[in-house]
Amino acid sequence: MSHLSTDILVVGAGGAGMYAAIAAARGGARVVLADKSLIGRGGATVMAQMTVAVALGEQEPDHWTHHLADTLDAGRNLCNEELAAILCREAPERIREMDQWKVGWARADGHLTQAMAPGHKIRRCVYVDFLNTGPAVAKTLRSQVARHDAIVRVGGLSITDLVRDDGRVVGAVGIDMETGRSVTIAAKAVILAAGGLTRLYRRNSASANMGGAAFALALTAGAELIDMEFVQFFPIGHLAPRLVGMDPIMWDPFRYKLGGRLLNGRHEEFIHNYGASDSGTYTVSRDVASFAILSEVAAGRGSPAGGAYLSFEHIAEADLRAAFGPVIDRLLANGIDLTKRAIEVSPIAHYHMGGIRVNGEMATNVAGLYAAGEAVGGANGANRLSGNAISEAFVFGERAGRFTAAWAAGQTMRWDDDLARAGVAAIRAVEEGEVSAQTAGIGPIFGELQEMMWDKVGLLRDQAGLKSALARLRQMRELDLPALAPGRRDPFALAVQDWFDLRAGLIAAEAITLSALARQESRGAHQRDDFPASDPAWEVNQVVRLVNGVPTVERRAVVRGSFELAPLAAAQ
Amino acid sequence: MTTQTARINIQRGAPGDPARIESYQVPYREGMSVLDALIWIRANRDASLAVRYSCTNANTCKECLVEVDGKAAYACTARLGRQPVTVAPLGNKKLIRDLVTDTAPPKETLRYALGEG
Ligand SMILES: Cc1cc2nc3c(=O)[nH]c(=O)nc-3n(C[C@H](O)[C@H](O)[C@H](O)COP(=O)(O)OP(=O)(O)OC[C@H]3O[C@@H](n4cnc5c(N)ncnc54)[C@H](O)[C@@H]3O)c2cc1C
Ligand code: FES
Repeated sequence: MSHLSTDILVVGAGGAGMYAAIAAARGGARVVLADKSLIGRGGATVMAQMTVAVALGEQEPDHWTHHLADTLDAGRNLCNEELAAILCREAPERIREMDQWKVGWARADGHLTQAMAPGHKIRRCVYVDFLNTGPAVAKTLRSQVARHDAIVRVGGLSITDLVRDDGRVVGAVGIDMETGRSVTIAAKAVILAAGGLTRLYRRNSASANMGGAAFALALTAGAELIDMEFVQFFPIGHLAPRLVGMDPIMWDPFRYKLGGRLLNGRHEEFIHNYGASDSGTYTVSRDVASFAILSEVAAGRGSPAGGAYLSFEHIAEADLRAAFGPVIDRLLANGIDLTKRAIEVSPIAHYHMGGIRVNGEMATNVAGLYAAGEAVGGANGANRLSGNAISEAFVFGERAGRFTAAWAAGQTMRWDDDLARAGVAAIRAVEEGEVSAQTAGIGPIFGELQEMMWDKVGLLRDQAGLKSALARLRQMRELDLPALAPGRRDPFALAVQDWFDLRAGLIAAEAITLSALARQESRGAHQRDDFPASDPAWEVNQVVRLVNGVPTVERRAVVRGSFELAPLAAAQ
Repeated sequence: MTTQTARINIQRGAPGDPARIESYQVPYREGMSVLDALIWIRANRDASLAVRYSCTNANTCKECLVEVDGKAAYACTARLGRQPVTVAPLGNKKLIRDLVTDTAPPKETLRYALGEG
């Protein structure tokens, strides 16, 4: 076993975790920045190809209060307005800092280029050409992190448990992937920046590491999760043929610019059968598009891979090229000629609005535990405005690092190996468990989990489906999981990590399902077949916390703020 | 629909072990990547297979570099075809196990953090 000691442990090295590490180091703290994958590569940040929302007013007059108004509109009256205001108010500072660090935001005519995106009333989204936002952001933050001697970077360190002393978080336990040995980390405070959970759904845009670890670690340590029922599905994610190296949500701008026709498996237009008009305008709302596609599939009229066709065959090649030149070539390299064939699309799980409940300093209700990035819930309410997730990662990451460093400065280290005994024993039990026929079982059970979340806790929910999912989830957690033991302390023992991924995934999935079952209305990303209307009485948040070890859902009043739209001239 | 399959040969073993080739048959779908096959094998045949990857679809994490038929390639962009492919760890990097080699930047490892060099 190995041991590290530091002021602040940051779990997860995406946009939020790297920014948190930098800010904590600026605040005078020593930091260990741990990621189960390589630093800056494991999560969503490096995969993002589109835009970052920020009221800079470079393209046209804008002010953060207008960004906030759009954010609150999208959130359908459930945003934590304090967090949403922080996100919009501080995003310009972070985007400008990234600019000084030479991230390379696209510019023209002597100013940053800001594009329009769905849900925004003003052109405010910055990006890095060409479809390179995420990789540029990750690279820039990695080199900034490397400039701080106070930050120790540890890739391949998968955090499996938080360590507590008398209700306060005092460190963590993890596995060093390279050797398979267990590691304990003593820290005055821990920042959870381990990203989202969309991998829990069969169709998703996630990396291998987005399985809900942050939520499970937080809940188990006594923190509260908020808005867990709100998982964002993107209606026309790429489904088939297999496409690598492109953002699966890239068809949206294509449809906007050029108009793509959505067709069912019989090559017929169908959106108009769902009370919306699409042909010729291509402006059907996301909810309706998702619902219509899934309904066609359910009625046996899906495309061969189980979605809908999206066809650009009616558009001249010259027009396709003029609009999306380099992308057309990348598609051709994938064997996809848009002038000759329709591709297949389906809704996919893309982002998690819900997450760890924090205050404006990114502190949870557990002493010594902070959170940042997609792992945090509240700012986006029932639906996220496009481009807000990367701003959120930067702003909340920076704040988490800053406030955690200030808090930790007044604390003494509290560590005792005994406190970590249960966490270390859990790793050993998995490694030393009997290698049986069950060993191969983790993959199929994880597959069953993804299938069930998709079918019963996905886009279309009802009481019967949610109840049966909840029952099966509990059975998986209590009966199946303990019987699975991958065994063998190999170097790069992914199978050991699979077990901990499944454990975390089941906890996060249960929190989503409980919240979805309790919310008897439809709102934003949460759509109930049996309660199709929004109900003003449900303008409340729900939190999940452990009560005597059992995940329990409760209601909380929405945190409201008061702000006035600034006159737009003020932006200049 | 007839189920098509594809064959993939994988060089496996830990440092010092005599390298062995294991051959797997996997369900095939159009455009499938070598990484898709490795993920399928881990989930359905042998979870102990070691391979480094994160992003799976985006080709942005750049973690999945291996040798495909003797040439360095990203497992997620290399395609499976009618002919069997052979996948091996990078020959010019220290082997960790199976397809995983020591590609982590040296200052971003636990070894370095512990002062083990
Ligand atoms: C394909 C795609 C495209 C997107 N496009 C956009 C866009 O254009 N604009 C936008 O605003 N948003 C976009 N998003 C959303 C946005 O990218 C994310 O919400 C944001 O990057 C999250 O940052 P983060 O730092 O919180 O998490 P991540 O970047 O996901 O980082 C979390 C890190 O935690 C690590 N980790 C997880 N569990 C553990 C553990 N147990 N121990 C140690 N480490 C762990 C992971 O390996 C990962 O590196 C997109 C998302 C995806 C998936
Ligand atoms: S899996 Fe990320 S680049 Fe191949």
